[in-house]
Amino acid sequence: MAATSNPATEQYNFDIVRKFSIMTLVWGVVGMLVGVYIASELAWPFLNFDSPFFSFGRFRPVHTSGVIFGFGGSALFATSYYVVQRTCQTRLFAPGLATFTFWGWQAVIVLAALSYVMGYSQGKEYAEMEWPIDLLIEVIWVSYMAVFIGTLMKRKQPHIYVANWFYLSFILATALLHTFNNVAVPVGLFTMKSYSLFSGPQDAMLQWWYGHNAVGFFLTAAFLGMMYYFVPKHAGRPVYSYRLSIVHFWALSFMYMWVGTHHLHWTAIPDWTSTLAATFSIMLLLPSWGGMINGIMTLSGAWDKLRTDPVMRFMIVALSFYGMSTFEGPLMSLKDVNALSHYTDWTVGHVHSGALGWVAMISFGSMYHMIPRLWNTQLYSVRLVNIHFWLATIGVLLYITAMWISGIMQGLMWRAFDDFGNLQYSFVESVAAMHPFYAMRAIGGMFFLTGMILMAYNCFMTIRQGQRAEQAAPAAAVASA
Amino acid sequence: MLQWLANPENTKPLGLVIFFITFCLIVVWVYGSKRRGEQLEEHRNIPFLDEEDASKDKSHG
Repeated sequence: MAATSNPATEQYNFDIVRKFSIMTLVWGVVGMLVGVYIASELAWPFLNFDSPFFSFGRFRPVHTSGVIFGFGGSALFATSYYVVQRTCQTRLFAPGLATFTFWGWQAVIVLAALSYVMGYSQGKEYAEMEWPIDLLIEVIWVSYMAVFIGTLMKRKQPHIYVANWFYLSFILATALLHTFNNVAVPVGLFTMKSYSLFSGPQDAMLQWWYGHNAVGFFLTAAFLGMMYYFVPKHAGRPVYSYRLSIVHFWALSFMYMWVGTHHLHWTAIPDWTSTLAATFSIMLLLPSWGGMINGIMTLSGAWDKLRTDPVMRFMIVALSFYGMSTFEGPLMSLKDVNALSHYTDWTVGHVHSGALGWVAMISFGSMYHMIPRLWNTQLYSVRLVNIHFWLATIGVLLYITAMWISGIMQGLMWRAFDDFGNLQYSFVESVAAMHPFYAMRAIGGMFFLTGMILMAYNCFMTIRQGQRAEQAAPAAAVASA
Repeated sequence: MLQWLANPENTKPLGLVIFFITFCLIVVWVYGSKRRGEQLEEHRNIPFLDEEDASKDKSHG
């Protein structure tokens, strides 16, 4: 249990990594709690309390921003600052600027959540923040880029490890996406409201260029960066194929940018853009599965770790969900499949198999690896990690199974005709049919949230254990002297 | 020539061809030489050049 002196904590700037790690846990609990609440609102509508402040429409972006930018974003800041220092064997560039990115990013999440509850929204999915918050993000992101690139430039290791390529592509792509999707004209200097520079199908195409690349670079490339460091590191074995990781990186970078329009099949956009997006979506299967195989095969020859180590289990199951959701995504991008799946809960299930199964699980595994090292101690309880793993796995499976059934049923009910050519079901009949699956989804979310709370407790106890050992060490040295 | 480039109907496929050729060249560069392949594979060990045994969680890999 005791901590020993660790040169790494002195060699590197771990203070900023610790701060972001703690906020990853905080936003994980808050974001998922709001998620469970809005899932419950859909199953049991009295939870809206007839108040706009509690309504699904206002809480939904609080949930998405809380988990994507709060939980996921903080995890990415934490791990990227950790990985870039360790693989470049140098301290973080501009520590003051790094601290600014921490406080700035937390301010963004809080301001965004407050503004959504107050009713302010651009109405763009995953980009709901109004223009003052967008400007703040712009400044923070440029600072983040400066810190990351500055650290790469002063590296002591001649080669830039591939995990940093993924992180850098995420930083660069997010800067581009955020800037162009938020080009807007404010109504006035002292008002939150603004209007997009684009309109109609152009605005829609830009939004989904942003939306899908947020998935591709924020929720995929960046977390692959996490995977390429933490899976080999935790397994104690180098990545299966470095060459495959290079091809994986470039293939993803070339292909992701083309696929956003598959979110707009069967709408007013030109048909060729739909076909192009679907084609590239199918091609994306190859690099996605190449990366998944590269990650999983890293464990080749040490499969027993899956039986004995719940942290490793988190990482490998995350890669399995990555493979599953990157198979499901191209399938849903086919126009004929999309005609059934679009606007249904199947999409919601698909997003969550990626978000919970891949993004959250690889973050959990990485955090369980990193947090004890940051505080120079051991995990408080491996048993709790194991319980968390099963709660999370059962939660995801309940969630996506419910949404598959509900979504496909919705799609089939909406397109069913009777013998006279009339719609067979009214919309409200499809809503009534979905009810048991909405309850099942909420219960799945509760499982996942319970696991997240256990993780927060386990990490809190781990940190306290590390701090106590650190305080005790000088006293013990004085006593022995 | 400039007029041809100014037309998105031309530049979009051109961009696609340039990206595709670049990607093929990267694949050839990565897998084309056994010696280069061995050099690249050595980079796999970078995460382990910076060991932190003192703080390593003893219960895990």
